[in-house]
Amino acid sequence: MLPLASPALASAGVTGTWRIYKPVVELEKCVDCGVCWQFCPDSVIEWERGRKIQIDYTYCKGCGICAEVCPVKVIKMVPENNT
Amino acid sequence: MTFRLDQLPKKKYVLPGNAACAGCGMMIGLRVLGMALGEEVVLIVPASCSSVVQGLAPKSSIAMPVLNVPFASAAAVATGISEAFKALGVRGHAVVWAGDGSTVDIGFAAVSGAAERNSDVIYVMYDNEAYMNTGIQRSGSTPKYAWTSTTPVGKREQKKDVALMLAVQGAPYVATANIAYPQDFYRKLKRAAEIPGFKFIHLYAPCPPGWRFDPAKTVEVARLAVETGVWILWEYDRGAFRLNPPSTIYRDRAKRRPLADYIKIQGRFAHLSDEEVRFIEEEVEAKWQRIAKFLE
Ligand SMILES: Cc1ncc(C[n+]2csc(CCOP(=O)(O)OP(=O)(O)O)c2C)c(N)n1
Ligand code: SF4
Ligand code: SF4
Ligand code: SF4
Ligand SMILES: [Mg+2]
Repeated sequence: MLPLASPALASAGVTGTWRIYKPVVELEKCVDCGVCWQFCPDSVIEWERGRKIQIDYTYCKGCGICAEVCPVKVIKMVPENNT
Repeated sequence: MTFRLDQLPKKKYVLPGNAACAGCGMMIGLRVLGMALGEEVVLIVPASCSSVVQGLAPKSSIAMPVLNVPFASAAAVATGISEAFKALGVRGHAVVWAGDGSTVDIGFAAVSGAAERNSDVIYVMYDNEAYMNTGIQRSGSTPKYAWTSTTPVGKREQKKDVALMLAVQGAPYVATANIAYPQDFYRKLKRAAEIPGFKFIHLYAPCPPGWRFDPAKTVEVARLAVETGVWILWEYDRGAFRLNPPSTIYRDRAKRRPLADYIKIQGRFAHLSDEEVRFIEEEVEAKWQRIAKFLE
């Protein structure tokens, strides 16, 4: 049986355009705990312990959960300048 | 079971660029499900936000096999899948991923039938406490007093406690979970996968647009539900009923945070008077008393 749909990026498009605020990380102060990675609903945070996190802004929707859950508060939500 | 974040699979079972709203609690839960059981499941998804967030064919945002099925049929379809697995000798789990509306209302007959048959199924009900996909209509799982588009002055009836109903029925494994406590949910999924028969996990999953709060607060709202005692983490494991941390400490009412902390950050409760908040606090206590009877 052929599947009707297969796993793929961008099944609903380039969701980074939804952002009003952008999460910006102060990597020097990041303690590499992975908590933001655990809670990002969109799987747009890459994390390997020892290499710190990286956010994929093509798809990050700017929800702000990562900034809220970061135990050392090193993620700031900064307004997008796309008006 | 020890749980180290960096040992969880990095594979993305929920793919970026999907159609879920920003800050969706249900998607946090779906990612945990992928990490726990992603390589051994077939998901059975009835009509809900979970059908929509998959996006448009030929693409899908869920990197697990998904069968999208009509509303009331999920538990029956899952029974068929698990029987087929057995007949064909396939090692795998039939996992229902269903909303509250399809579980406690429209599909409840099929759910209770699967529990009666003791079908070998893991049923996860993610509870966003309304029919969200179609525009925030109240469900049997909407809490009393909450605003929805069909309860403009607040719901009058009590929320159904479907997990407790199924535990009373004697299902081998029944548990509650909450997206703010992914370790607990992960462990419960793994445990459910070890036990033959019908397993049910009731997952609390806040919905920013439906509950009217800032999407950044999804995890905070979920955590507050536990810390105020509104949501109780427990499991019923083949006859043994127990509380799970951190709910264990909130059995003592004095340890709970004031309910207002939970109520005030959600627009769906904005119309409540202080007296009504106190009234809900008593109902929360009554729920704890009910649970306490099972702990004896
Ligand atoms: C038999 C039937 N009735 C109504 C619908 C319309 N419908 C689709 S999704 C949905 C809401 C489902 O609510 P819930 O199960 O809580 O999932 P959520 O959308 O909240 O994730 C409704 C009413 C349908 N698809 N089929
Ligand atoms: S803002 Fe939301 S989507 Fe973007 S990285 Fe943070 S948690 Fe993920
Ligand atoms: S939660 Fe904060 S400290 Fe932890 S990995 Fe993310 S940015 Fe770094
Ligand atoms: S309506 Fe709520 S549950 Fe549905 S996708 Fe949006 S945030 Fe998630
Ligand atoms: Mg729902």
